[in-house]
Amino acid sequence: MTDPAPITSTLPPTERLDAIIATPDAQLAANAAAVSRELLEIGEVTLERSLEAHGAEPTQKMSEGFRLLALHRQGARGDSTFNACRETCRELVYQYNVIALEPDHPDVARRVRLGAMVARHLVLFVEGKLEVAGLGEFCCSSRPLRTHDAVSGAPFQE
Amino acid sequence: MTGKHGKVAYYPGCALEETGHAYNRSTKEVGKALGLDLVELKNWNCCGAMEVKNLDPKLQTYLSARNLAIAETMGFDTVMAPCNGCYHNLKKAEYDLAHDEASRDVVGRLSEKAGHETYKAGAVTTIHALDWIKEAIGEEGLRQRIRNSLKGLKIANYYGCMYTRPRHIFPEKDKGPGSESTSKPHFMDDLLAAAGAECVEYPLKTACCGGAHTLSDSDISTKLVLNLLTTAEACGADVIATECPTCHVGLEMHQVRAEKVFGRKTKVKILYFTQLLGMALGLSARRVGVHENLSDASDLLRARGLG
Repeated sequence: MTDPAPITSTLPPTERLDAIIATPDAQLAANAAAVSRELLEIGEVTLERSLEAHGAEPTQKMSEGFRLLALHRQGARGDSTFNACRETCRELVYQYNVIALEPDHPDVARRVRLGAMVARHLVLFVEGKLEVAGLGEFCCSSRPLRTHDAVSGAPFQE
Repeated sequence: MTGKHGKVAYYPGCALEETGHAYNRSTKEVGKALGLDLVELKNWNCCGAMEVKNLDPKLQTYLSARNLAIAETMGFDTVMAPCNGCYHNLKKAEYDLAHDEASRDVVGRLSEKAGHETYKAGAVTTIHALDWIKEAIGEEGLRQRIRNSLKGLKIANYYGCMYTRPRHIFPEKDKGPGSESTSKPHFMDDLLAAAGAECVEYPLKTACCGGAHTLSDSDISTKLVLNLLTTAEACGADVIATECPTCHVGLEMHQVRAEKVFGRKTKVKILYFTQLLGMALGLSARRVGVHENLSDASDLLRARGLG
């Protein structure tokens, strides 16, 4: 059985993820390995776009065996707001590993679907930041808007 | 019989007086039911929330430090803050005062100007409501007190972002067995499991709820929340348990908005973990403020014999 939509889909990531999530169990199970690989790739493309938008060249390196984690590490360097998707990236890798370890598990379709939902969070979170400049300034790992003392002009030491 | 934290200072924070009132009410009721004494800080102030922190981080440090100073003056070495934002800010102030001379200088100057004692790092430990119950009562103690088991209730435990981030301000976490994990937190899972609930595997337990940008980009917030809700449903959850008033209200509000704006209806209910624990301890749904929630869980709770 083939995947219902091409792996190299031209759909925007969120639409492709919606399509994966809506795919019937039998089809998802039959294509679990390929789709879970695609989920990692969607994550990588999302982080690549963010890095490029900030003027960086996305790394081709791997971290712990995954380019997604290397890209996250690259993006988080000097940008604490990027750190907030650390666990999402690691969760996506975890879901990939679980599927790779047990591709024939009776629950594999649901696992792929959960992986797609994790990827969807990553896409929404990162692309949301790209769509609205400064989005996330008020978030858990944000940097302050003001980096210098208003009176003395001295930089804050964070 | 309780272990440590039998009597602690209580810092509810602003949200728990307004939108998170049900969390305040249920936290106090659970404390009473467990025989734990909460003593509210006298004349406490805003922790600096997210807004002050972003305008002037040192001012936020001062505002949080003032609350810690009050706790110390009242004779406490532990303050419990159930709101993730407050908990995060008090922990951050503690960290900054311990590691940053400039923060100590600003807090010292402002405290002197305001005419109160300057808080010195190390005098007061900030804990979350999860730490409070886990360390004072523990799972076994809780199991012995359960009068109305949550058996059969499938719960996705949602911790939000500020309970574990950034990792360096939570030195007590990630210390191996028994300690809380910053990557896969489990204290809420442990407590609700002890109350009989079936905690489902939820891969987005620390994901952003979009709460902070709900005004700057409501659609992104709604989509983030909708994904949290649909993922919880895909995990088989009847309920999402929360431990942060911002997350809680965000989930409730965007659940409604997702249906109105995107036509996506989700059925999963949203309840504070303290509401669930309270009902498991035999308190009525009304007593723990379920009627104050936007998410109407009454049918589900009645069907499960709760409340």
